[in-house]
Amino acid sequence: MQDYGITPSQTVGPFFKYGLTPTGEYAWNDAFTNSTLTPDVTGDRVRIEGRVFDGDGVAVPDAMLEIWQADAQGRFADPQDKRALPNASFRGFARCGTDKDGNYSFETIKPGAVPDPDGKPQAPHIVLAVFARGMLRHLYTRIYFGDEAGNATDPVLAVVPADRRATLTAEREAGKPVYRLDLRLQGDNETVFFDV
Amino acid sequence: MTFIYPVDSNTAHPLPLSPEYKSSIKRAPNKPLIPMRHTLSELTGPVYGHETVREGDNDLTTQHTGEPLGERIIVHGHVRDEDGRGVPNSLVEIWQANSCGRYVHVRDQHPAPLDPNFTGAGRTVSDASGYYRFVTIKPGAYPWGNHHNAWRPAHIHLSVFGHSFVTRLVTQMYFPADPLFPFDPIFNSVPDEKARARMVSSFDLENTQPEWALCYRFDIVLRGKNATPMENH
Repeated sequence: MQDYGITPSQTVGPFFKYGLTPTGEYAWNDAFTNSTLTPDVTGDRVRIEGRVFDGDGVAVPDAMLEIWQADAQGRFADPQDKRALPNASFRGFARCGTDKDGNYSFETIKPGAVPDPDGKPQAPHIVLAVFARGMLRHLYTRIYFGDEAGNATDPVLAVVPADRRATLTAEREAGKPVYRLDLRLQGDNETVFFDV
Repeated sequence: MTFIYPVDSNTAHPLPLSPEYKSSIKRAPNKPLIPMRHTLSELTGPVYGHETVREGDNDLTTQHTGEPLGERIIVHGHVRDEDGRGVPNSLVEIWQANSCGRYVHVRDQHPAPLDPNFTGAGRTVSDASGYYRFVTIKPGAYPWGNHHNAWRPAHIHLSVFGHSFVTRLVTQMYFPADPLFPFDPIFNSVPDEKARARMVSSFDLENTQPEWALCYRFDIVLRGKNATPMENH
């Protein structure tokens, strides 16, 4: 009988850039950019930015981040979201590599609320996957928005110890459509990663 | 079809901290991952079809004016779920070193030649049955700084999407019977021997093309089971 155990993960390694995030620096085109924005997208346009650090607080210059999110109405661009209405060209996915100082940024829209398995609304959030040399398997975390009242009743934040929730919450810069969230792969303010 | 993604399947993956692989020491979380129920955010995922891929993107030997040096190979297989069903329309991206073991990446400066006719990146989309196929050059082994006389076994990096964001997989495909396997901390970061074997392609004589290219088969199994399996499945 054939063994259908899953294929194990291996690190993305230090050399993924020319294949996955070339951004004009190599003889290869980008399948994805750091933007989910499409001409017809509705909702509040925001930039999410920050830096990625290792356990010594040193910037990680070779991480790759991917986001997956609902549109401003809380609908996913996937037919498995049975509620979804035809939603033009919004895809809800973006990818970026960190720069030499560990900086990342995404251009996107603030997602709407998505139901939890009991049908109750979750606070607006973006699912984030983190890949890097030294990470044998990518890790999942979430980006919440510091100015959302729904965070207080979000069922996923509720399973995170209160003193660690700030690692999941991007805070808005005063007067700008910019949210900041740093990621710490290890250490005192280690980012919460989920076992999904 | 509704899929479920038992978290137990993740035991096939390496642990985040694998001290023999030195780069993992400062980049693995110290705290345990926090369990949570899958919501629609985890159960859905990006859908990318043929519009993402250009004609010829799955042939790494025809991207430049001349042919790359090295051993031309075919790498093909199926993307499957845990029930063995093909995963259709899944984007598969690959990147690799050239036949001398040199990456085009600016940070790879080890003394092996670059090949002006080889970038080493490709992508394709699995067909309705989950089948995918690349034509490329067999990558060389290369040295790295993890420990004294450390060499990576020849491998091709693969990135695969699947049915949801939690099926996302980045892995490496190895070649059969590589003598470097026992010494490679990345390959051996996978604790289970049978799971390690699933990262090794098999030589495929039947699909080897006479006078042209050897063929290797590599099936990729992603997370995902039918939520309501047939009784005698």
